Amino acid sequence: MKVEQRPTSSTPEEALDDKSTLLALYREMLLIRRFEEKTAEMYQRAQIGGFCHLNIGEEASIVGTISALRKQDYVYSTYREHGHALAKGITANAVMAELFGKETGTSRGRGGSMHLFSQEHRFYGGYAIVGQALPIACGTGYAITYKGTDEVVMSIFGDGATNIGGFHEALNVAKLWHLPIVFVCVNNLYGMGTAVNRASAVTEIWKKACAYDMTGERVDGMDVLAVRRITDQLVEQARERHEPSLLECVTYRYRGHSMSDPDTYRGKDEIKEWQGRDPILSLADHMKGQKLITDQDIQRIDEEITRQVEASVEFAEQSPEPDPRELYRDVYAEGAA
Amino acid sequence: MPVLTIRDALNQALREEMQRDENVFLLGEDIGLYDGSFKVTRGLWKEFGDRRVLDTPIAEEVIIGTAIGAAMAGLRPVAEIMTVNFIMVAMDQVVNAAAHLRYMFGGGTAVPMVIRTPGGGGHQLGAQHSHSHENWFAHVPGLKVVAPGTPADAKGMLKSAIRDNNPVMFIENEGTYAVKGEVPEGEHLVPLDQNDIKRQGNDVTICAHSRMLVVAQEAATELEKEGISAEIVDMRALRPLDMTPVIESVKKTSRVITVEEGWRSFGVGSEIASRIYEEAFDYLDAPVARIGAAEVPAPYNKKLEKIAFPGKADVIVTARALLGKN
Repeated sequence: MKVEQRPTSSTPEEALDDKSTLLALYREMLLIRRFEEKTAEMYQRAQIGGFCHLNIGEEASIVGTISALRKQDYVYSTYREHGHALAKGITANAVMAELFGKETGTSRGRGGSMHLFSQEHRFYGGYAIVGQALPIACGTGYAITYKGTDEVVMSIFGDGATNIGGFHEALNVAKLWHLPIVFVCVNNLYGMGTAVNRASAVTEIWKKACAYDMTGERVDGMDVLAVRRITDQLVEQARERHEPSLLECVTYRYRGHSMSDPDTYRGKDEIKEWQGRDPILSLADHMKGQKLITDQDIQRIDEEITRQVEASVEFAEQSPEPDPRELYRDVYAEGAA
Repeated sequence: MPVLTIRDALNQALREEMQRDENVFLLGEDIGLYDGSFKVTRGLWKEFGDRRVLDTPIAEEVIIGTAIGAAMAGLRPVAEIMTVNFIMVAMDQVVNAAAHLRYMFGGGTAVPMVIRTPGGGGHQLGAQHSHSHENWFAHVPGLKVVAPGTPADAKGMLKSAIRDNNPVMFIENEGTYAVKGEVPEGEHLVPLDQNDIKRQGNDVTICAHSRMLVVAQEAATELEKEGISAEIVDMRALRPLDMTPVIESVKKTSRVITVEEGWRSFGVGSEIASRIYEEAFDYLDAPVARIGAAEVPAPYNKKLEKIAFPGKADVIVTARALLGKN
């Protein structure tokens, strides 16, 4: 499907040009790309079970948003969340081990691809019911307000979630209760195989914010710098003024909905066209244009990251399976306040 | 010992726990300024203010979701859902989220929260305000489910539920809020996993909870006049289901009646009966008799409604039949 790519609201072109920031964004996006490519390979080798949804193509939307957060800020995500977990600082080892169902995984092998979690990184989980996590994110936002601290919650979901009741309930109370939340819609144009314009009466998702008198923004989700700039603003308004917002990142997943999707509902030309605007290659070109990086640097970084991903597979392979005697572990929490 | 209604016992438990622990807060529809649909939260908003007694929109999904997200971030929310019928629109949050998050995140988080909600019929409220669904929740690993039927248990179990580190479904009953009884003052905790013999007897065991506990007690008083001695086990702890007092009682009476306000099929009585067959089959002199609501959506008409829900007469007739005294 065709989409208008220009951001609807103009955002100031603040400088985001220091080499270390750009390199960090680049490395993070490349890590997600290489990690997901390896994940696909491991899935095809039956090392990974269940459903498996990849972030390939969406790296700018992920890194541009999450890199704007502090360590103590919270992220809620969906079942397509390997990249979000990595961007929030969880190691590739822990994520890959979870995909392998191992005890060393983020969720001790009990969650799998769709249920990564880390209390330490305040990555508050991958949720596999579309739209489920938005109301939950409101609770964490309320806890921040209740305690009077200055964290921010980022609630990330797909375009499909914005047609669900919980989306509207969550945006309503976020505004009503002044919760420090940035709602991020990763609009990859398809809810499974159904295009946005076949599922939503309003195809420019950012406009749904106006029903709640909330800031709504749309950004080119293939441009990591644009995403980062607008997210910086929205995070600041959440942190400083407890003004929630809805950010729509228009992007594309190069692969099917999940590993088992034959991808028959969209044309090969469309996929090619989006791949021509690849967020990682675009940032590399930008940095080369600024003379901040050379082709040799790019190759060296790729090799480093590829080794890191290989190491995560090795770690996952060598990690122990959960102990069958611990099947019932953690159904209930012990103790009382 | 002071005599309180269940309504006031619950109110006392909420107040005491809010005073005791700054992390405890309440949220729900009309629980604040309005003082609560059934007045359980009466006076708490005036005492504790907006921050700790949060009036919400009529939006059950975000009520439960807010409780979950706040619990994961360290608070102890107590959500009120005005009636259990309304929780259906938020079942995803209750079952797929609250109950399962700890396990599916490998123990990385806990969800210490309480959902208070009343069920029960008998008020001519028809098919969307009258049912009892505690069996639905008791089916789900990860939830704790309790349904007290006396003021002392209401207070003691609510205090325990608020302190528990798990999501607790605290099922109340619109028909018991005015039930009176002695309630210990101050620190009174009733465990969430212990059922309780509420009346000693030798001839027949009656398992009942919530409003049906009241019905069972009335029936037992009449049966006594006929020379039938009924023992009543209060099934206030449904998940985890404490069968110990039931099994002990069966060994004595050899006859069991289960009474629940919900439908019998796949119900609380079905589970109790199965456990008895597994654990004490040889002690039984007759099959377990299950009493429940007529398997119809609750009717509005007063006469139809009366016959749709179980009452004292059903228990009496069933007891006589079990003992061959028709």
